[in-house]
Amino acid sequence: MGAATSFSGVSDMGLLAAAPFSAVVFFAIVVLLLDFLLPPGRKWVLPLVSLVGLLASSVLVTFLWGREVVGFSGAISLDRFSSFFDLLLLLGTALVVLSSFFYARREGIERGEYYSLLLFATSGAMLMASAVDMVVFFLGLEILSVSLYVLSGFFRDRTVSVEAAVKYFVLGAFASGFLLYGIALFYGAAGSTQYGAMQAMLSSGGDAPTLLVYAACALLMVGLCFKLGSVPFHMWVPDVYQGAPTSVTGYMSVVSKAAVFAAFVRIFGTGLAPVQIELSKVLWVLAVATMTLGNLAAISQTNIKRMLAYSSIAHAGYLLVALTAAGRAGYSSVLFYALAYAFMTLGAFGVIALLRREEQEALDLTSYSGLSTRHPLLSGAMALFMISLAGIPPTGGFFAKFYVFSAAVGAGYVDLAVIGVLNSLVSVYFYMRIVYLMYMKEETVGIEAPPSLAARAALLICVLGTLAMGVFPSGFARLVASSVSAIF
Amino acid sequence: MPVGVSHYLAVSAVIFAVGVAGVLLRRNILVVLMSIELMLNAANLAFVTFSRASGAVGGQIVVLFVMTVAAAEVAVGLAIVLIAFRARETTDVDEMNVMKW
Repeated sequence: MGAATSFSGVSDMGLLAAAPFSAVVFFAIVVLLLDFLLPPGRKWVLPLVSLVGLLASSVLVTFLWGREVVGFSGAISLDRFSSFFDLLLLLGTALVVLSSFFYARREGIERGEYYSLLLFATSGAMLMASAVDMVVFFLGLEILSVSLYVLSGFFRDRTVSVEAAVKYFVLGAFASGFLLYGIALFYGAAGSTQYGAMQAMLSSGGDAPTLLVYAACALLMVGLCFKLGSVPFHMWVPDVYQGAPTSVTGYMSVVSKAAVFAAFVRIFGTGLAPVQIELSKVLWVLAVATMTLGNLAAISQTNIKRMLAYSSIAHAGYLLVALTAAGRAGYSSVLFYALAYAFMTLGAFGVIALLRREEQEALDLTSYSGLSTRHPLLSGAMALFMISLAGIPPTGGFFAKFYVFSAAVGAGYVDLAVIGVLNSLVSVYFYMRIVYLMYMKEETVGIEAPPSLAARAALLICVLGTLAMGVFPSGFARLVASSVSAIF
Repeated sequence: MPVGVSHYLAVSAVIFAVGVAGVLLRRNILVVLMSIELMLNAANLAFVTFSRASGAVGGQIVVLFVMTVAAAEVAVGLAIVLIAFRARETTDVDEMNVMKW
């Protein structure tokens, strides 16, 4: 093939691989510009335009489903794996935007930047899921992180929110430093920043991997674990989750976490797959520590956002179990878990964002006492999300844990599966406490749940998703298995 | 003695360690920000060294990306620090402790 034809071929295909997140960036800019043209009473157009953008991008992803395109000289890959995560991230963002319709107006943060930063963050997350080059992955991560630094401090006049932003920024940038140094060593070892180059280098020669490779792995893992909120780098999670606006907290715990796990699977499942055995030993320890600390610390919390923050640390631990197991089964269960987790967590945060007590957000656990008497539907939904988070059938959370632990057993980590199941037993206590408060306790006065159609639509989607994944898990299991097979 | 790859890498590792130590030990948030910049620049030095050693130009291009990202990050970071300072009149990270478990 002539150089000229191959060049034009590459540039055409490259644009196709970049189309899904480019659409999101385009709409982010549209939202930002539209903000200047709209009179103050018409700001509800902004979330509507954001939803249109997210929908447009997901139509594009669905249309391109099954195509395998590697664009920009092997930097971005469009395949079923990235398409799955694109759809997941777009869905998560759409649910956050739906519950923001009401939440952002009530809390006085209904501004163009809010929605546009959400879309920019999503484009970064999508870039991370489709990156097959360390530099592109780093850029995606920074687009996501910098947007989230701003979003977490969006309540400029609330001390907790500003403090959350400071902590998130300092620790996030610190983690980026580790990650970047890891990438530099990766580049030094492989001679290229592409995942494929590292894999080729590691699996070709008879030599054992050098110290440089292990140093790169260690630094990359430190950086990624910071972003995931895994023990021992979890200190920022509770503070940031508590201080950030509730809608943004939901976004962070679902979208940003899913994107980091997607990149984790791509880097450690393809680029560094030849040293997976050694890495699994480290991941084993991290998984056990993360699950246990998250669940034990969640028990004593009195603020529901803080409790869900520790719960999200624990769930990161379950996902680390799946990463330890590795292989097709392990990585498929990561995808399944990420989807189930998106439905149940965004549902829970959606309920929290809706409720209000004495002119403030209802964040104290006691606010949920007797919620079922006046808001039976809302408490029913909340109870379903808690049951799913605890991993009780017939919900998506049960099968998510089931696939993770069976992958661990299949890979020979029976001990890890046993520790995981014991941990889920502990977690039943603090999730069921919410259900107990809602149904068995006297009603607290002054709880309001305003009628917001958009927020209720988001909750309905979460309920249906959680139930669908619990009742028809095999269909979703086939979907994730076919998505994962694209990267092997 | 000729200056080789290992010398540059040693300098880069030392700068990185100074940056990490600065973030962990210093309490003034502006010094912490500068220490983070040191970490990023240590990585840049490593990129340029590896790129020079292998003769491939890729690493030098990465540095341009990193500098852009670092500039964006620091702009947002300083804005956040400014808001925090207006609220609390302090740049000490230990005094930002409204939330405790």
